[in-house]
Amino acid sequence: MTAIYKRELRAGFTGMAAYVFIAFLLVFAGIYTMLYNLNGGYPNFEYVLQSMSVIFLIAIPILTMRAIAEERRQHTDQLLYALPIGMTRVVLGKYLAILTMVAAPCLIMAFYPVLLSAFGTVSFATAYGALIGFFLLSAALSAIGLLVSALTENQAVAAGLCFVVMMLLYFMNDLTSFVSDTAAASFVALLISVLIIAGLVKLFTKNTAAAALVAVAGCGALIAGWIFASDKFAGLFGQIMESLSVFERFYTFIDGVFDLTAVVYYLSVIAVALFLTVQTMEKRRWS
Amino acid sequence: MIEIDHLTKCYGPHTAVRDLSLRVEPGRIYGLLGPNGAGKSTTMNIMTGCLAATSGSVRIDGHDIFEEPEQAKALIGYLPELPPLYPEMTPAEYLDFVAQAKGVKQKERAEQIEKAMRTTRIDNVADRLIRNLSKGYRQRVGIAQALLGSPKVIILDEPTVGLDPQQIIEIRDLIRTLGNSHTVILSSHILSEVRAVCDEIVIISKGQLVASDTPENLERLFAGSGTLELTVRGEEKQARQVLGTLPGVGAVKITAKKPGGLLQLELETTSSTDPSESVFFACADARMPILQMGMHRASLEEVFIELTSADQGSQPEQGEEEMPS
Repeated sequence: MTAIYKRELRAGFTGMAAYVFIAFLLVFAGIYTMLYNLNGGYPNFEYVLQSMSVIFLIAIPILTMRAIAEERRQHTDQLLYALPIGMTRVVLGKYLAILTMVAAPCLIMAFYPVLLSAFGTVSFATAYGALIGFFLLSAALSAIGLLVSALTENQAVAAGLCFVVMMLLYFMNDLTSFVSDTAAASFVALLISVLIIAGLVKLFTKNTAAAALVAVAGCGALIAGWIFASDKFAGLFGQIMESLSVFERFYTFIDGVFDLTAVVYYLSVIAVALFLTVQTMEKRRWS
Repeated sequence: MIEIDHLTKCYGPHTAVRDLSLRVEPGRIYGLLGPNGAGKSTTMNIMTGCLAATSGSVRIDGHDIFEEPEQAKALIGYLPELPPLYPEMTPAEYLDFVAQAKGVKQKERAEQIEKAMRTTRIDNVADRLIRNLSKGYRQRVGIAQALLGSPKVIILDEPTVGLDPQQIIEIRDLIRTLGNSHTVILSSHILSEVRAVCDEIVIISKGQLVASDTPENLERLFAGSGTLELTVRGEEKQARQVLGTLPGVGAVKITAKKPGGLLQLELETTSSTDPSESVFFACADARMPILQMGMHRASLEEVFIELTSADQGSQPEQGEEEMPS
């Protein structure tokens, strides 16, 4: 695992990806700090972080696109498969390397509130709470990016696909507001979501039985729920989507709330994304 | 060393390897021989754990590759068809990475890397980027990578493809050297190559094992129906009478009559024993001097073609050599 970690880190820093990612984040951190804190005079560093979250739409694909796609393209994945270590450790090694690259700009940004405090009173607790949230958000998004990179052997496709996924995650909340709050609309939206999930299961596992099980169980539960308590469905879709939104969770940190459930939520997203990455890699052995 | 039992691999409706069983003994060089698309790469990919089998099992030194992959893979050094190299690294860095990933201890690492580089003779390019190396050197870096972690078995998939004749000779010498200290399995579709380096030839056709023996035995096995060509001085009738009744001799064919009463004959041998001696004595008794005699045996080339084309046309040819994606 250490070997994979070191090689991945090296690859990141011999190529452009890591530098571009870090520079990208720091440039925008600088611009927003300038705008809000220096020009605007706000004592809250968390506003900077909030404005920066949109940068991830581009930064995460840059960082994660080559991780696994490139191994497949240059056929080095055969080496990884033949190594006497499990795929879990390979994926974990890669993820930790990406996490290190993600941590670098966060560490640099950790100095900003201290610098700002020279000019006035800065709320350190909310600033650092938000910074931790920011790091967790980027950690979760890069785990998803790693998963996307495992799906294709073309870096550009991986980057494009990752961008689309990031955009969907970012605008998820806004998109759900298009679904009306009535119980019926919510029911239909949930039904469609279950079918999409079943489709994804089919895509990842190529197992029709598992996908059918998910679809039948999900739809069954929904229909049963609809029959017994149709009034509970009002606005349910919006609530579920909001509580699932990766970005929405981060905004609670901005509001100055250090939400432990959000921490658990991010860790779960990371775990699920890495698990699926390992499964995608293992699956290829069976094709 | 390696036991392959009833191995089958299907890609959808297409069967790439069918019910293949093989025992590999330690300390020998095995050559997997077969035409393109015979299932050589697929078999090797399964043996090294890169691919899962549809059914059947592979055991390396008693460790099942599917159930105890870590122990089994630690015993194997594998060079896939395309060497898995990172172009942005130098061979020294690359080998250090592979050694570390294979779990070679820090103390032994430098020594093992040096040894692998010396064996494959890449020490002079150790600090150049792999991107800039020639195909021959890349292949050697790939082999060096397989040597790390002191595996007992080295598996090389078409190690000489795409190299120039000089490089081919060098790689063959290298494989022979490896054979002194490892069990080596290599695949090739070139017969002369396998005969030049291997102790044992395994012929695969259409995903099935058709023969597995030493080159000499394979030749002998198929020499049963060989022909004895001889030139004698004598009458045609007498020659037929004398030679046609000998044990182990089938049809007698006169191929040419030459001036001076010379007869050129071809005797078909029916058993695998060589009838040359009895032919000699029979002709001597009949006072028919033999001027020339030679046994023509089926060459390995002919054996190979016969074996691999036996069921030609019964199944459409498909590209099964490729690693599926």
